[in-house]
Amino acid sequence: MILVWLIVIPMAAGLLAWIFGKSSNLFARWISVLGIGIDLVISIWLWIQHFAGVDPSRTESWLVQIKASWIPDLGITFHLAIDGISLLLIILTALLGLISVIISWTEIQRRVAFFHFNIMWILAGILGVFMAMDLFLFYFFWEMMLIPMYFLIGIWGHANRRYAAIKFFIFTQASGLLMLLSILGLYFIHHSQTGVYTYNYFDLLGTSLGGASRFLMLGFFVAFAVKLPAFPFHPWLADAHTEAPTAGSVILAGLLLKTGAYGIIRFVLPLFPEASMEIATLAMILGVISIIYGAILAFAQTDLKRLIAYTSVSHMGFVLLALFAFNEQATQGAIMQMICHGLSTGALFILVGRMQELMHTRDMDRMGGMWQNVPRMSGVAMFFALASLGLPGMGNFVGEFLILIGSFQANKVITIIAASGLVFAAIYSLWIIQRVFHGEQREEWKIPDLRARFIGVFAVMIIILVVLGLYPRPVIDTAKPSIDTMQKNMEANMQIDLESSGTANLSSDDWMIGVESERD
Amino acid sequence: MAAEDFTALMPLIILAAAALVVLLQSAIKRSHGTALILTCLGLAAAFVSMFYAADELPRQVTALLIIDSYALFFTGLILFAAFAVAIFGYNYLNLYLENREEFYIVLLLASLGSSVLVSSNHFMSFFLGLEILTVSLYVMIGYMRKDHFSLEAGIKYLILAAASSAFLLFGMALLYAETGTMEFNGIANAIGGLVEVKGIYILAGTALFLVGAGFKLAVAPFHMWTPDVYEGAPAPVTAFVATVSKGAMAALLLRYFIAVDGFEYTTILLALSIIAVASMFLGNILALMQKNVKRILAYSSIAHLGYILVAFIAGGERAVEAVSLYLVVYFVTTLGAFGIISLLADQEGEKFMLESYRGMFWRRPWISLAFSGMLLSLAGVPLTAGFIGKFFVLLAGVGTALWTLVIILVITSAIGLYYYIKIIATMFSRVELEAEQKPGALPVAGSTVLAGLTILLLYFGIYPVHLIRLIRDMVLAIS
Repeated sequence: MILVWLIVIPMAAGLLAWIFGKSSNLFARWISVLGIGIDLVISIWLWIQHFAGVDPSRTESWLVQIKASWIPDLGITFHLAIDGISLLLIILTALLGLISVIISWTEIQRRVAFFHFNIMWILAGILGVFMAMDLFLFYFFWEMMLIPMYFLIGIWGHANRRYAAIKFFIFTQASGLLMLLSILGLYFIHHSQTGVYTYNYFDLLGTSLGGASRFLMLGFFVAFAVKLPAFPFHPWLADAHTEAPTAGSVILAGLLLKTGAYGIIRFVLPLFPEASMEIATLAMILGVISIIYGAILAFAQTDLKRLIAYTSVSHMGFVLLALFAFNEQATQGAIMQMICHGLSTGALFILVGRMQELMHTRDMDRMGGMWQNVPRMSGVAMFFALASLGLPGMGNFVGEFLILIGSFQANKVITIIAASGLVFAAIYSLWIIQRVFHGEQREEWKIPDLRARFIGVFAVMIIILVVLGLYPRPVIDTAKPSIDTMQKNMEANMQIDLESSGTANLSSDDWMIGVESERD
Repeated sequence: MAAEDFTALMPLIILAAAALVVLLQSAIKRSHGTALILTCLGLAAAFVSMFYAADELPRQVTALLIIDSYALFFTGLILFAAFAVAIFGYNYLNLYLENREEFYIVLLLASLGSSVLVSSNHFMSFFLGLEILTVSLYVMIGYMRKDHFSLEAGIKYLILAAASSAFLLFGMALLYAETGTMEFNGIANAIGGLVEVKGIYILAGTALFLVGAGFKLAVAPFHMWTPDVYEGAPAPVTAFVATVSKGAMAALLLRYFIAVDGFEYTTILLALSIIAVASMFLGNILALMQKNVKRILAYSSIAHLGYILVAFIAGGERAVEAVSLYLVVYFVTTLGAFGIISLLADQEGEKFMLESYRGMFWRRPWISLAFSGMLLSLAGVPLTAGFIGKFFVLLAGVGTALWTLVIILVITSAIGLYYYIKIIATMFSRVELEAEQKPGALPVAGSTVLAGLTILLLYFGIYPVHLIRLIRDMVLAIS
């Protein structure tokens, strides 16, 4: 039941904020803080209960489940479950959700009630995505988070918001429909084999798909690659991130992009192990292109927010690279990277958002020499820029390091090229610092420095990044059981597929067995 | 005819009687309110009588009509739509005309015609129902007799509908010439043994038949009348044209195809596929350029009928289920959308230009939300009924491996997203605070119906179990 509460509480808070927040903006803000705050407490409590002091080598990876009937006539259930990976992402969602409400306190002054309704419903949708274990339900949540996000960008966004919002919506909706087709294909193939109509993830796992698997996998892959976003599915990202209000950018970069990576981990790899292997090289190449292309695009921007948006393409390229390397280190690195990228990029977006709120511009050509003016803000920016470039001692470094070690075992050439992304990251990160905070002041900016509210938010984010950088065990131990299970399942699946596929494979199998027995 | 026949026919009889009662009432003393109440009572009585008729199922009444659960299901849907149109029409007519009572007479007659359509399994009753419906529609579309657009739409519809009826009749004649019978089952038996020998009559007959039906359904390339008629007709009438007249024809077509097993004829299926593809593309692409909300919805309805055809082509139980479900969803959504346009009409006229919706959310939040819900449902976004409808269509398509059609459906509905979202974006766009004056209150009855439709929209979207079961219980009887 606790999982249902995780979704229902933000939804209820959103409704309350909207209905009763019309007369009092403060009420809308506080009820939202309360709603997502409770979620944060619950999710941390779940983590303490299941992971604090628990032996990490256990085998059962699923922690909590709830299953109820929804549309039995079609085999659709309301099935939520979490494992370590979902739990980490849920904590991240609640934390970034809370932060986005807090940092919108002064930025959003119009239609406050409706704003908080949208924020809360996006968060509820994202939480649902991380928990749904029924493919229909998953698709339901997947689409549910888009509509409030569309409103968030379209109503509270900046100058070009309408274009950005529509572009975002069409990209994600269209790719989502492809995923729906794949889900239906899977459903019918499963039925033709077992005679059971079901959308349940656990039942569908292990369906042997034969030739159809490639097409079905592509449907899922495209949907997730758009969200991730991987080259060439990234064009929506820069507009959406740039035009969104700060809270929207934080949620987009910190959470929405993660749903794409999560989808690949949870659905693409386990459901289509063979087809995933087939496109592994291609996916890794797309990852590398994203890393480098994203970095180059970032470097070419003069709009600070757009620059940060493109760094997301680059960082998420690492995640894509890692996920298709199929080993534990890379996957651990990907999860680490997801969490740390969410925090560091989120923080950078908050900084830019704050600067825009005060200066009414994001143009780097008009900034410069801000350090004298706003030392606290500049120091914080320095920290997160360094985190983003992967400086040792911060979580991002651990993530990228694990990714590179892991993918090096899978594909040396691609990984070597990918490693150059670290250099690019250093260039654009330092470029931000140099152009915005150092050098001569180009215009006489008189803006207030960070106050307690922002300092508090940034302090939390800095502490988490540093702690994870020095002691990443909590994250790694939490994700480990799920990753182990995943790999075991994949190997088992490969075995089944090998057995059931044609004679050519069989003969090579025999040959391998022959070799082994000779050795004996 | 036995007493049971009358019980079975009760809904149709009550509808005809209600039209007469309203006619007499307005002859004695004109009163708009009384006419509305009598109409609603008539519709309600017809609805209640369906439960009595349900005891006699399925019953063939004379050679012309079959009252089975399929017929009753769609009759119920038609009555429901007519009720909503009557309420929306009441508010709308209050604004404009002197002679308002006749509207309800033709509305009841049109409902009668459509109910005959969905209950017919004979060419005679088919044509009879169709003409009752169409002739009533001429009047309804041209009802705003002082408005040029309304008259133009009425005449356009008259000419094209008459021509399409001619096609239909000729098609029926060819089929009759070949098979010697006008009953669906009789044709099925005759065709069963004849396909190889004299297929050309059957094929030509069916082709002409499809032209006539295609006109009513407004699928490409028989869609030309749609935008003009949608735009010119009074908004409540547009709601009726978009839902009842198309729905009844789709229901009849499905019954006919199931009866004669038309899904066995690859040529016809190919033709239907081409029509479906053309409708999906044309509807969605032409809607992109429009600045008139009624025309956007007109083009979108062409696309939606294309989606329905995709499910139709799938054939078998899945097709019946998907088409019926999609029709229910489409009824709710379209009635809601045009209902909103008619509720928003004021002394200055209908608000059908996109511009007049700018920033409406900040002036009229509730109705804007309802409209957004309707549009998102048309776009097939989850949480709304439209998603469940689209889901079933895709289910039918994927289940029978119609991959080309299904992928085209996905591509075109992605295109379609743009214009639905454009309307929503316009409603939610920021306006300067000075420009926000308090708008007048909306009519109570219309708003209540609209609220009901919106609740249904969400209910079907979130928990469609009851709808699915109802459809499985009632509609699958014919397949």
